[in-house]
Amino acid sequence: MSLNVHAIRAIYKFELNRTFRTLVQSILSPVISTSLYFVVFGSAIGSRMAPIEGVSYGAFIIPGLIMLSLLTESISNASFGIYMPRFTGTIYELLSAPVSYVEIVIGYVGAAASKSLIIGCIILGTARMFVPFQVAHPVWMVAFLLLTSISFSLFGFILGLWANGWEKLQIIPILVITPLTFLGGSFYSISMLPPLWQKLTLFNPVVYLISGFRWSFFGLSDVSVGLSLGITLLFLVVCLGAVAWIFKTGYRLKN
Amino acid sequence: MISVRGLTKTYASGFAALKKVDLEIERGEIFALLGPNGAGKTTLINIICGIVNASSGTVIADGHDIAHDFRPARQKIGLVPQELATDAFESVIATVTFSRGLFGKPANPAYLEKVLRDLSLWDKRNEKIMALSGGMKRRVLIAKALSHEPQILFLDEPTAGVDVALRRDMWAMVRKLRESGVTIILTTHYIEEAEMMADRIGVIDQGEIILVEEKHRLMQKLGKKVLTLRLQKPLHELPRGIDGQLALEDEGRALVYTFDAQATDTGIASVLRQLSEQGIEFTDLSTKESSLEDIFVSLVKA
Repeated sequence: MSLNVHAIRAIYKFELNRTFRTLVQSILSPVISTSLYFVVFGSAIGSRMAPIEGVSYGAFIIPGLIMLSLLTESISNASFGIYMPRFTGTIYELLSAPVSYVEIVIGYVGAAASKSLIIGCIILGTARMFVPFQVAHPVWMVAFLLLTSISFSLFGFILGLWANGWEKLQIIPILVITPLTFLGGSFYSISMLPPLWQKLTLFNPVVYLISGFRWSFFGLSDVSVGLSLGITLLFLVVCLGAVAWIFKTGYRLKN
Repeated sequence: MISVRGLTKTYASGFAALKKVDLEIERGEIFALLGPNGAGKTTLINIICGIVNASSGTVIADGHDIAHDFRPARQKIGLVPQELATDAFESVIATVTFSRGLFGKPANPAYLEKVLRDLSLWDKRNEKIMALSGGMKRRVLIAKALSHEPQILFLDEPTAGVDVALRRDMWAMVRKLRESGVTIILTTHYIEEAEMMADRIGVIDQGEIILVEEKHRLMQKLGKKVLTLRLQKPLHELPRGIDGQLALEDEGRALVYTFDAQATDTGIASVLRQLSEQGIEFTDLSTKESSLEDIFVSLVKA
């Protein structure tokens, strides 16, 4: 079966246009908030902190901060992108169009992931202005960026399909994703935690993401890189399965 | 062009919206689907267009099963939904271009320009949809539905809440589309609209198609004529000795005789003779054919 490439392009363009139409809100605001983190934690507080395994604290938090924005942005972009047409009723067109769910997912998730990637790169560039750092494994860094953007955009897409109110759309990012990211080692190495918390924190999937991503920068990690990659891929597969199920059953899409 | 067989739909709430519906739509015709609110019109359309899953039954659109062979089937279909669901923040041209792409067609600005011009939207192409009036939004939905050059067009209550001028424009556009070979299925509350536009009429009530008939034949078959006589002096009771359906209206100032227009003997002559014998005089006389509306009301009430 051939892909409806025109449809994928139409959805992708439509979604990216939405981003550019709201440029300030969608790109500037994550950049500003991340810059504030750098100023406060990187420069102001970081200068008083001892380096972690030879990496200055200001540099140490960069991968964590990028991941923090990447997760938040991927989820909010993708969930909003598909929730909006459900809310306004324009979803009728998508459902009546000759598109398969694969094409819908590529269009929406692709656009959301692209936007997160753009933001990730901008933050990386911004960070460079505050703290000097080098990337040890650039290819792996890009791989982790890509995988994370795609996986969490997929997750956001599922969230946008599942939510049947604005409140539900907000509640998962606030109650689940933000705490997991903050407690997942964005700002610290998990070896700095008390022993019990070190064990508990391993149940947090975000730990593996941040650890793997940080390894690609500095070559040091809390958990093995293979495990990081494995968990990220596993999350991606679970999300793909959930999306396939949703479209197959028409859950929350067709009654 | 469209063949619906044994289509049923029971919603999760247990409500049976469609009960074993069979329907054949012919190529190139304008088919009007009439029915009271909640009869199943929109459910039927939504199933054919892929927005609602059927509980059982099949739909074949231009030779393609809409479930198993959905791509070619849906490419041929355009839908103008009942609700004014639009992307408020998009411009007219952007939303129409999006629709064409979504339906798998390569970009064709010249064609889209023609569609927008035909719908008097070209001057508004760069405006955001939220800035448009309700009637203009309706036009945008039509433009979106036509953007991929569909062979089958569904219009679900296209003229609900639309002013007279726009309604006329739409009728003209629908006729033009039909001339170009597009099959059109419309639902409407305005029976007058079906009467003017449709080649064939289907009546749906409580999830069942109760009648499908060529419009003229329907009007002939079920149509009654009425003869109204304005009386010189009001009557308090019906004159005696006259056969047939007779009634007094307008406080006895009008005598109304209903007859079957198809009958060889309409009975008019004998009514008039009887009246003159009884010395009942009238000032004016008129006959009127019953409208589709009367037919429809009598069908659905039955």
